[in-house]
Amino acid sequence: MSHSTVTAPGAAPEFYLKHEHHVENGTMLGFWLYLMSDCLVFAMLFAMYGVLGGSYAAGPSPKDLFELDVVAVNTAMLLFSSITYGFAMLEMARGRKQATLIWLAITGLFGAAFVGLELKEFAHLIHEGAGPQRSAFLSSFFTLVGTHGLHVSFGIIWLITLMVQVGKHGLTAANCRRLSCLSLFWHFLDVVWIGVFTYVYLMGMLR
Amino acid sequence: MSATHHEAGHEPHVHGHDHGHEHGEGGAAHGSLRSYLIGFVLSVILTAIPFWLVMGDVLANHKATTAIILALGAVQIVVHMIYFLHMNTHSEGGWNMLALIFTSVLVVIALSGSLWVMYHMNTNMMPSSAHEMREMP
Repeated sequence: MSHSTVTAPGAAPEFYLKHEHHVENGTMLGFWLYLMSDCLVFAMLFAMYGVLGGSYAAGPSPKDLFELDVVAVNTAMLLFSSITYGFAMLEMARGRKQATLIWLAITGLFGAAFVGLELKEFAHLIHEGAGPQRSAFLSSFFTLVGTHGLHVSFGIIWLITLMVQVGKHGLTAANCRRLSCLSLFWHFLDVVWIGVFTYVYLMGMLR
Repeated sequence: MSATHHEAGHEPHVHGHDHGHEHGEGGAAHGSLRSYLIGFVLSVILTAIPFWLVMGDVLANHKATTAIILALGAVQIVVHMIYFLHMNTHSEGGWNMLALIFTSVLVVIALSGSLWVMYHMNTNMMPSSAHEMREMP
């Protein structure tokens, strides 16, 4: 670093001023820090599931309960919603309001399909007597997967709120910043889901 | 040596200017259609393989299957980080990456520590009930 300031003294101040200006508006960094703390929440829930996931209390095990077809469809829903949100961000960067809104709506529908399928699975489990109170395995399963589903549900509420905002006020700087935050949130939830389907569902079937 | 130093000294500035310009317009990092599609295709492949391995019961050895799906999951998380979350070493002046590394260290310590300690608790502690006593090997 000291070499660069010595070799090019003229260019350095301009760049650093510009750079500091960018850091000063710290919304994206702040939101990223929130996501990292959320990541720690999920890490603790994963650790809990890892410790308690084998305690069936003579009740049903993952092999008796999980239907991988449904999980595969769920995974596809979340992955599709990730790419469609990406398309919404690309349209936002081009300043096309209508196309952004359409892609956001498609993202919301995929997200709603995900939450709907998950709720159906939960209802099925509880109906079969495999509710959260059945065993430590099921308590930790419902806490981990339910927390993720709750995050997605709040993401959908946030998405609808932003669609109304964009519809009313257009793609203003503030709205673009909010859409960028939700983009991070949405993709982050897909990252957590990778952990869930690998660690809970697929490894549960191999136990 | 001094000649290479001179060149190396210039390079970060050129790079830094590019970066500043790119972010000055949009306000935040966003990828291109190409990078999103690459990320999507990679994710589909990295999701399909573990599901196929488990649902088709391809490998007889469950330990090997577990290792493979965990490795593929880890790779897919990195793919998402790069292509969807646009992680790189210079966004927000490197603070994003620093926070991510710090969080990853905490996650690894918490996860491996919990699993390790609780596994040994379960295997080494005295059985606490008659039921567990009967289950003893």
